[in-house]
Amino acid sequence: MSVAIVGVGQTPFRRSCGSSIRELCFEAFRDTLTDIDLVPKGIDASIICSAPEYDKQRSPAGLISEYLGLNPQPTFYAESICSSSSTGVKVGYSFIKSKLHDVVAVIGFQKMSEISSAEVQERMGRGADIQWESPFGTMMPAGYAMFARAHMQTYGTSEEQLARVKVKSSKYSFLNPLAMYRRVVTLEECLKARVIANPLKMFDCCANADGASCVILASEEKARKITDTPIWVAGIGAASDTLSTTARTNLTGLTCAVEAGRQAYRMARIKPEDVDVAEVHDCFTIAEIMACENLGFCKPGEGGKLVEDSQTYIGGKIPVNVDGGLLSKGHPIGATGGSQIRTIVLQLQGQAGKTQVDGAEIGLVHNIGGIGLYGNVTILRR
Amino acid sequence: MSFSSFGKIGYVSETKVEDFVRFLEKGKIMATKCRRCGKLYFPPRADCPDDLSSDVTWQELSGHCKLLTFTTVYFAPTGFQDDLPYSLALVQCEEGVKVFAPFSKDVDEGKVHIGMNLRLAPKKLPNRRITYELKQT
Repeated sequence: MSVAIVGVGQTPFRRSCGSSIRELCFEAFRDTLTDIDLVPKGIDASIICSAPEYDKQRSPAGLISEYLGLNPQPTFYAESICSSSSTGVKVGYSFIKSKLHDVVAVIGFQKMSEISSAEVQERMGRGADIQWESPFGTMMPAGYAMFARAHMQTYGTSEEQLARVKVKSSKYSFLNPLAMYRRVVTLEECLKARVIANPLKMFDCCANADGASCVILASEEKARKITDTPIWVAGIGAASDTLSTTARTNLTGLTCAVEAGRQAYRMARIKPEDVDVAEVHDCFTIAEIMACENLGFCKPGEGGKLVEDSQTYIGGKIPVNVDGGLLSKGHPIGATGGSQIRTIVLQLQGQAGKTQVDGAEIGLVHNIGGIGLYGNVTILRR
Repeated sequence: MSFSSFGKIGYVSETKVEDFVRFLEKGKIMATKCRRCGKLYFPPRADCPDDLSSDVTWQELSGHCKLLTFTTVYFAPTGFQDDLPYSLALVQCEEGVKVFAPFSKDVDEGKVHIGMNLRLAPKKLPNRRITYELKQT
């Protein structure tokens, strides 16, 4: 039995969204149900996803499921930081495959403005190993900057190549009405921006946002009743790596992404060159370059050249993040994976508008939690 | 001295390897070694997952190390803003283990390059806190 995605939706990604977390989730949920033949009562279970350290509400699954009219069906919470909603999709897939449930809603959200920016800063410092690394004042940009530095040293990747990733993402977010940043930025602007953690500058870093996303999964039999354009889950891979920087063996790539990709490709019985369009976790520019290498879109060390040669643009060898990615669309942590899946589903349905990749049949989503801590790769097929 | 005095800001107060801080006070940077399989751990661990043993012993690191990667940060979490900018690095010790540590302020940033030799050394901080840092050889 195959498992399909029958509906996707999301809110705009923005700062100061004017909604509470329940209202954000409702907006994404309604957006999802609008075009398909499904009502809340037809959903057998819900999986709510976010990064809990940014939530004020304890156990948000209860609140969200109530507000969406999903009681008394079972609901619970899934978390893997920035890849929480990809984890939710994997769990939902397993529910359907095991015949425990037929229709499952995965709702991811984050409201970064739920807590004060001082509180956000404090939590960010605790993202590393709190016993051995946080006492030195580390945070996400520093971690990815160390990967960037090692990648530049090993492969000759340049700051200009990093900047080109942002230039591309801004070109596509300009075309995405739900993106947070709608302005095209130039190479010069990127290179002159203030340093955050060298070699990473302001435009090399994604911006946190408020937002929600929704993905509805269904069994093959139900899927055909709910929509005329089901998109099939062809492959799912997931892996983990050490939280400690000191225990990492690879400083120029994310081993968990390589492993998750290998699993997903094997399950889907495809090769990297079969992928028509991809969404990868570009929380930093270096992250997109490493993702292209780790997923086999190019050889290790050639990710910088891939974007420099415009091969990750529409019309290139492998269009990557043509919705603006995390860098320009914004990154509401728990909602990001669902938003990436939404983009690929719309591409495979031929509904991606100005950023449509012609004839896209196979799409891939790469969603990472932490600094290569949790790796998730999902392959979808028309 | 409990473990919560380790680093600029301590988040962990109780640990089975809190003797690490007492050694640090005496100028020694210690790793742990599993007596059963011989594997060396830094940061120190009280337990070896390879053979599920808690029979570990302390072993001093020489401090000789090579730079693997580094960054200078201009944006910091709560409690570290006053130190900006500061540098963080990953080094490989001659004993084989890796260490994540800040650069000492006396390191000349302009001359830092991956592969250079550095020395890991204990460092006393204000308010009876203690840490380790990377110094020029």
